[in-house]
Amino acid sequence: MKYMLMMHTPGSGPFQIASWPANDIKAHIAFMMDFAKKLSAAGELAGAEGLAGPEQAKRVRAGEHGEPITDGVFPEAKEFLAGYWIVDVDTPERAYAIAAEASAAPGPGGAPLNLTIEVRQVMSGPPPDWKPDA
Amino acid sequence: MRPALDHAAQDLLRDLAPAVLGTLLRRYRDFAGCEDAVQEALIAAASQWPVQGVPDRPKGWLVTVATRRLTDQVRADTARRLREQLVVSLVPADEQIAFAADAEGVDERDETLDLYFTCCHPALSPASQVALTLRAVGGLTTAEIARAFLVPEATMAQRLSRAKQAIKAAGQGFPTPAPHDRRARLPAVLHVIYLIFSEGYAASSGDHVMRVELTAEAIRVARQLTLLLPEEAEVMGLLALMLLTDARRAARTGANGELIPLDEQDRSTWDRAAIREGEHLLQQALARGAAGPYQIQAAIAALHDEAPDTDETDWQQILVLYGLLRRMNDGPMVRLSEAIALAMVEGPAAGLAALDGLASDPRLTHHHRLDAARGHLLERAGDRHSAIAHFRRAAQRTTSTPERHYLLLHAARLGEAETCS
Repeated sequence: MKYMLMMHTPGSGPFQIASWPANDIKAHIAFMMDFAKKLSAAGELAGAEGLAGPEQAKRVRAGEHGEPITDGVFPEAKEFLAGYWIVDVDTPERAYAIAAEASAAPGPGGAPLNLTIEVRQVMSGPPPDWKPDA
Repeated sequence: MRPALDHAAQDLLRDLAPAVLGTLLRRYRDFAGCEDAVQEALIAAASQWPVQGVPDRPKGWLVTVATRRLTDQVRADTARRLREQLVVSLVPADEQIAFAADAEGVDERDETLDLYFTCCHPALSPASQVALTLRAVGGLTTAEIARAFLVPEATMAQRLSRAKQAIKAAGQGFPTPAPHDRRARLPAVLHVIYLIFSEGYAASSGDHVMRVELTAEAIRVARQLTLLLPEEAEVMGLLALMLLTDARRAARTGANGELIPLDEQDRSTWDRAAIREGEHLLQQALARGAAGPYQIQAAIAALHDEAPDTDETDWQQILVLYGLLRRMNDGPMVRLSEAIALAMVEGPAAGLAALDGLASDPRLTHHHRLDAARGHLLERAGDRHSAIAHFRRAAQRTTSTPERHYLLLHAARLGEAETCS
């Protein structure tokens, strides 16, 4: 089963990577690269993307004639989606374990950040034993 | 496991792909049908040649197999139409395609060239031009192209099929362009090849274990084009530019994919053979007279490649070349590079003043490159504090992960140097 692991980063506070010392930034980047490599080597990684900064993000809805009406994302928002992984695993517990590992990514001074990772199961096709007439 | 084609045979196969397609197209016109048939013939070759050996006349083999596939396709289509519409007046499939195996009198070079032009048809979006060129001219499979662009194979198959429909709808069955048309359409082809190269170069620091090397692909296609159009200096200029740029590839990323700027690269890892070939091509191209934009850019790349470090780089000459380039192809990125070259010649203040003049261009106002360039010039001017602010803003604005990492790290190192001093 597939799970999407969404990493939300706070808009303010310790997770402002730009304010970290260079070595801590390096350690964080190395951790993330290594994390993706390990998941991939284990055959568990189904997809992953990092998102560009929220500065240029927009909220869009359709106007009266279906035209896009755009609205800036407000910088005072508490949290932003920074990126996601999709993992293909046998049990929900495995997905939670992977999420916990990502959550512990190193921050300033190498201390774990303990970020919140939202874990959501990805919808699938009909189950193999589905019998519509039963 | 099935035996696989060795590299030489793979290269041969892909080098022959455009000529085979050109031959089929001249006979049967139907671009979409011919292109599918050639793709099937390539797949057949990849599975049969390792077992049976490479045939004596590999091109003839591919033409025969592709023609057979096309015949089968026409038969199947005809049968379906007959069943569905009960129309019996169609020309029998065999008569439609029963031509001599190797009709003469047509310049094979032109056939292959026309294929480049069709793939870069102005009715297509750049993404479609790129995909179609890689498949029809580069001989890559849909799956390989999909992996190179990190999109699902079904998406890439759809993009290719829509591109072929668009060519058909534009009435481009397969008219033979007049020689002067060929010349007019060449820039579009060069642009597509450069797009393929740039895509590969931008992604070259990512996870490319599974990826076709798009930079190598663009260089290969350009190399073939120089053989088809040896008289066109800009084709040579483009090939030279790509070789001279790609030569620095190993030095431009660190262990974790972060970008390393030119002035910090380990120049001993630059590919000297590629640089020599690029410089040789550039000299040949420049000897033909009026230089075009690719030759100018290649000349700038060559000046960087020749220099032992940033300080000993011939910035004066680079500044002159950017001025030439601007007069041919004015654009914000050319002006930005010119401003940096100016700073290297006349000092950071002159460069910063030039950047101030560019900031009102709406294409640059919020562009991370402007912030990054200001950061570098402010750093050279000794204003670390302002430089850091610009590097951080550039990091927020870029959409490239390796570039963001580089900008964040650079700002952090500057900050540490500031507190130490």
